[in-house]
Amino acid sequence: MNTPDQSPLTSHESPSYSPLGYPTNLLAPGQTYETVNKTIAEIPLSHAPMSWRFGFFVAFLLLMMFLVAITWLFAKGVGIWGVNIPVAWGFAIVNFVWWVGIAHAGTFISAILLLLFQHWRTAINRFTEAMTLFAVACAGLMPLLHLGRPWVFYWLFPYPDTMGVWPQFRSPLVWDVFAVGTYFTISLLFWYLGLVPDLATVRDRARKLWQKKVYGFFALGWRNSASHWQRHQVAYLLLAGLATPLVLSVHSVVSFDFSVALVPGWHSTIFPPYFVAGAIYSGFEMSLNIVIPVRKIYHLEHLITERYLNNMANIMLATGMIVAYGYFIEAFMAWYSGDIFERYMMMNRAFGPYGWVFWTLMLFNVLVPQALWSARIRRNTVALFIVALFINAGMWIERFVIVITSLNRDFTPSAWHMFSPTRWDWMTLFGSVGLFLTLQFLFIRLVPMISISETRELVAEREKATIK
Amino acid sequence: MSSPTLLAQLADVMQKFPAARWCIWDPLNRDNLNANEGLCDFSKAKVVVALDSDFLYTHPYALRYARDFSNARRTIDAGGARMNRFYAAEPTPTITGSNADHRVAVSAQDILSLTQIIASNLGIGTRPTGEVDNKDWVEAVVRDLNANRGAGVIIAGETQPPEVHALVSQINMKLGNNGVTISPVPPLALPANRIGFRKLVDEMRGGTVELLIVLGGNPRYDAPADFDFAAASEKVKLRVHHSVYFNETSRHSHWHIPALHFLESWSDTRAFDGSVSIVQPLIEPMYAGTSAHEILEALTGQSPRTSYEIVHTRWQTENPVPDFEAKWRRALSDGIVRELAAPSFPNHGESPALAASVSPPAEVQRTEVRRSRLELLFRPDVSVRDGRYANNGWLQELPRQFSKLVWDNAALISPQLAKREELENGAIVDLTFRDRTIQAPVWIQPGQAENSVTMPLGYGREVAGRVGRNVGFNAYALRTADAFWSGDGLTIRKNGARHSFVSTQQHHDVHGPRGILHDGTFEEFVSNPHFAQEKENHPSIGETLYNPKEYPYKGYKWGMVVDLNVCIGCHACTIACQAENNIPVVGKQQVAVHREMHWIRVDTYYSGAADDPEFTHQPVPCMHCENAPCELVCPVGATVHDDEGLNLQVYNRCVGTRYCSNNCPYKVRRFNFLEYNNGLSPTEKLVKNPDVTVRSRGVMEKCTYCIQRINAARINAELEKRTIGDGDIVPACAQVCPVEAIVFGNMNDTRSRVAQLKRSPLNYWMLGELNTRPRTSYFAKLRNRNAALVRSD
Amino acid sequence: MSQPYGLLAEFSNHEDLLRAAETAYAAGFRKMDAFAPFPVEGLPEALGKKTRLPLLVLIGGIIGGVGAYYMEWYANAVSYVINIGGRPIHSWPAFIPITFELTVLAAGLTAFFFSLGLSGLPRPHHPLFNVPEFERASQDRFFLCIETRDPNFNRDQTRAFLQGLSPLSIAEVPE
Repeated sequence: MNTPDQSPLTSHESPSYSPLGYPTNLLAPGQTYETVNKTIAEIPLSHAPMSWRFGFFVAFLLLMMFLVAITWLFAKGVGIWGVNIPVAWGFAIVNFVWWVGIAHAGTFISAILLLLFQHWRTAINRFTEAMTLFAVACAGLMPLLHLGRPWVFYWLFPYPDTMGVWPQFRSPLVWDVFAVGTYFTISLLFWYLGLVPDLATVRDRARKLWQKKVYGFFALGWRNSASHWQRHQVAYLLLAGLATPLVLSVHSVVSFDFSVALVPGWHSTIFPPYFVAGAIYSGFEMSLNIVIPVRKIYHLEHLITERYLNNMANIMLATGMIVAYGYFIEAFMAWYSGDIFERYMMMNRAFGPYGWVFWTLMLFNVLVPQALWSARIRRNTVALFIVALFINAGMWIERFVIVITSLNRDFTPSAWHMFSPTRWDWMTLFGSVGLFLTLQFLFIRLVPMISISETRELVAEREKATIK
Repeated sequence: MSSPTLLAQLADVMQKFPAARWCIWDPLNRDNLNANEGLCDFSKAKVVVALDSDFLYTHPYALRYARDFSNARRTIDAGGARMNRFYAAEPTPTITGSNADHRVAVSAQDILSLTQIIASNLGIGTRPTGEVDNKDWVEAVVRDLNANRGAGVIIAGETQPPEVHALVSQINMKLGNNGVTISPVPPLALPANRIGFRKLVDEMRGGTVELLIVLGGNPRYDAPADFDFAAASEKVKLRVHHSVYFNETSRHSHWHIPALHFLESWSDTRAFDGSVSIVQPLIEPMYAGTSAHEILEALTGQSPRTSYEIVHTRWQTENPVPDFEAKWRRALSDGIVRELAAPSFPNHGESPALAASVSPPAEVQRTEVRRSRLELLFRPDVSVRDGRYANNGWLQELPRQFSKLVWDNAALISPQLAKREELENGAIVDLTFRDRTIQAPVWIQPGQAENSVTMPLGYGREVAGRVGRNVGFNAYALRTADAFWSGDGLTIRKNGARHSFVSTQQHHDVHGPRGILHDGTFEEFVSNPHFAQEKENHPSIGETLYNPKEYPYKGYKWGMVVDLNVCIGCHACTIACQAENNIPVVGKQQVAVHREMHWIRVDTYYSGAADDPEFTHQPVPCMHCENAPCELVCPVGATVHDDEGLNLQVYNRCVGTRYCSNNCPYKVRRFNFLEYNNGLSPTEKLVKNPDVTVRSRGVMEKCTYCIQRINAARINAELEKRTIGDGDIVPACAQVCPVEAIVFGNMNDTRSRVAQLKRSPLNYWMLGELNTRPRTSYFAKLRNRNAALVRSD
Repeated sequence: MSQPYGLLAEFSNHEDLLRAAETAYAAGFRKMDAFAPFPVEGLPEALGKKTRLPLLVLIGGIIGGVGAYYMEWYANAVSYVINIGGRPIHSWPAFIPITFELTVLAAGLTAFFFSLGLSGLPRPHHPLFNVPEFERASQDRFFLCIETRDPNFNRDQTRAFLQGLSPLSIAEVPE
């Protein structure tokens, strides 16, 4: 067990700051290969702390609730939810878009920051990649649950059907299948490829035979050979290069679900960039919500230094401003278009029966994040955690506003109706959080949660710098 | 009681049992009209004035009236543009009033004063007993009636007292309408020994009635509250009820005899205008039952015969002609008897003063309506009538006119009253009337007269079956003989409780120029026939990114026109579609979450003053857009176009993403959120149309233009080696439309009715701006305004 | 047991390893490999290793993209032609998103599987794992292995050569 007393690094000096007040350290002083190996690789090989057990228990309970909700859903049909005509899309789609958004930080951090040589990604990329995978898994479930006839979901895939029918490739929902499917696959490969050398480390440090066997199996016989590393690096870089446009495309495609439709409030060309910014926003917010507690529980402060948190907060602030601009331009365009439907949509969104939801969104997603201008808040993990939590909820509310308040009053006033969620809607939402957290806890428990090899590189680089 | 054979049988019974008496009880009777009943010819009327009359909907001759009335409003005709002008005064909005060019909301008891003022202005010596507020309206009516002598109809409803009807008769006479637009109704002879319902109940209470046979009806439920029918009937030694339904009366009878449905047995019947038809069964009886003919036959002790034998013999005896069989068959095939005399009977009773059967004598002092006092109106419910259809799920789920409420009745109150008493929709109030109190939830109905509260009858049934039991409140509990249709002196008190109503249309305001409704005045149309199309804003066919010639639709090109100008808003299309297309009834809870399944709905929009608006009805089926937004977004191609332009829904392929519904700007798609067709009994399965798929859970559905009928016509045409002719295909909605507002056909056939209508300048596309290019188009609604009444604001 | 697999020299840091690799390459050794707990910049080049992976990924991507567009075109414009909302049968703009996604997917799958496949992975066992010290290759030590099958390999001379690189230790890798 790695406790502060055992680690020579816990009494690390306070991080240094740049002239602009940003912390500069990516790694606390005094780190060696062995301390890095030990801190990270010992976690999967030793017993779980109580806090982990408690957290896992709670997450597992939520997961079981999810199971109940899904079972009842499959038994009865989507009518157990609050969906109706005209609001034919409800929580399932809101949750889908929310989860897909959350899934964006991982690949953004891993791929785009890798290509930009932002070394501050090292301590968090594994984490956020895993988060991406689990969030995409939650997201991918949602459209499946959403279907009226979930047992024929595979009709959305192109396969040689005996009836000679094919999917209809003009539908954004088919694009979604490919976008989310590709995103999940590429993220998984990217994550696993990065993980292989670390699994080899765990294999080589494992003391019990079964641990050696299991980790050995997943390490694929990795030998750290220069030629392995060469291909690994090339593949990793290429995957990063491929994932970069993918990150931008996935939420764009998800936004097409809305912008291709003609519903006022959906049919908008600003959607792709605004969705992508929102996705990165929500991805970072969820990363902070996960990283901050884990960093505390596993005493990883010397690996996940304040610099990381600070940079993530900065990105959140930047993307948050883009999102706020998106809200503003939506309202502006509704007015500027002079279109009766768009104008009414905007008035209804802000001052209609769901107006309070809209203003909650403004509070959570626009107002609260302004606190991040303060370096003190960015450095205060508790404050940062709370701000991230607000944005987390805010991003869900944003999708609620987009989906529900656009549909509930569209073109034909005679068909206008309200949507009210049922308990099954809420169980599906919180149950999916349970699935996400359960997977996250298992990940923390079983897999090196920070890239050991990349951290060793940081050590090597610093050694080199010290030598020089 | 309009079957000649049955009346003749009854006369035999009366003859055989001299001490027997018989009585007619109809809770919706027309006794107030008595001798003043007239037959109106709306096809010749240029000016129509309705005084609390629902002649387009609840009147026994409503179908004919609606057809004639609407034909007189079709502006495009060989004879050029013409349109009647319709004035209505009524206390509560009705289908009829909603079609008026100038409607005023007047309390039921002010109708008399209103009629008197009109009469005196027309030079009939009568002294108005009260004042009314609608001077402008009265002046306009009088001027128009005077200007159109012999071409006007003034008609009052059965809910108005005999004085009003007497005056109306005088007015029509004075204007020279009698014999032109008004003709007498042929009298109906009734057997002797008939007594009034009040007398019957008195005798029952006195214990002099030993055997009571009730044929149909439900007096235990719908008799006036002050008669105390229940107590009186307990004094009868033997009570027998013959009825299709087991209802409250059956429950309290010694014997209940299941009756055959009229579609299961032979009979004959007489229409309001005196024409007679033979009733033929459509199916073998589903359950063992007897007809009323067989019951009366048994009473006279003859050997048991079938209804067919009874009816046929009666007609044969009445018509001893050699070619009787041929004439009988012709009558059956025509559906109306032209060449034969209906069965008659010798011992006619004296024409009884029917009004006396229920109401107190007319000379009883009527209390003046004082402004502060509320009046109570009893009206048949638009769906369940007097309660007879309470157990019919289709009708329970059919949105009621205006309020669009389902599965409920509501005490309708005016917005002004709601404000005064601080009531909102669903608030439960204590209604006290003539010392009786019931609790009822209120619904605020714009267009309601300020101090009138409407109580729809027919609800609160205790013995009605699974569907109808305990739905709504029983307004009969307040209905007394002296306040049969209306009465003043109601007190209303909010009691704090709430009822949750379910309405399918919550927004009656069209919210600006959205391109949903185009309406205007007749004058506007005459000066610029294309005014409605100029309001429309759809791009021309050339302005498209697509190749406009990619889908030429060279063969049949199906299309529909819905004429808003003649649509009266009766909702018959909705029910017809439900029956034809196996549309499930989903129940109040499902409708409460907006999952009603009707493929064609009738929207009602309000315009003008919020408290006293004008009404426009708009039936909305699938538009079958050529550029269908729903199809584009379906991931599996479950909704696609065929080469005749139908927007098809492939149930088997649908996975239920519901994206199509989101992208449908008309919101005509319906989704099976749950399994709505589970656990059907064998009888319920018989309700399903075998030509139409029964949809299961998780699939989308919508109007198909009755594709099963299109295909049946196609098969017939192919067998006969011809093309489908105009009129070969009539969708269910068009088939039942009493005013022929819905026309369907091949748009490529230039001579077809639909193609001709599509060329009309009134033709427009709903939401045309979206360039969905709907195949269903509308005719703009016109109102024939009297310039003197057009509000200057 | 005839020939060993090779000789394994252990170093304490990557600079030493890099220098050793360069020296060995200069000395004419080719069948050799170096092992480090992280990718050492310049090491593959020092050992004369090259990879064709980028070209393969490019080919994979092209196949994915062309295949995707072909699939969409075939499905919606050839095999199952249906009038969808009056839109053209060959609605090419609508076919772009999936073309892009499948390009990325195919390229990504190529990168992943070929990076492992070309490295001969997965391979659960390897002679190097027989050397107990080798498990530190994944932790904090750096190794250079000259294989027996190198033409210049000679058990004693090569050991002496490696000794000259001042490693921490030298071990013989059993076959």
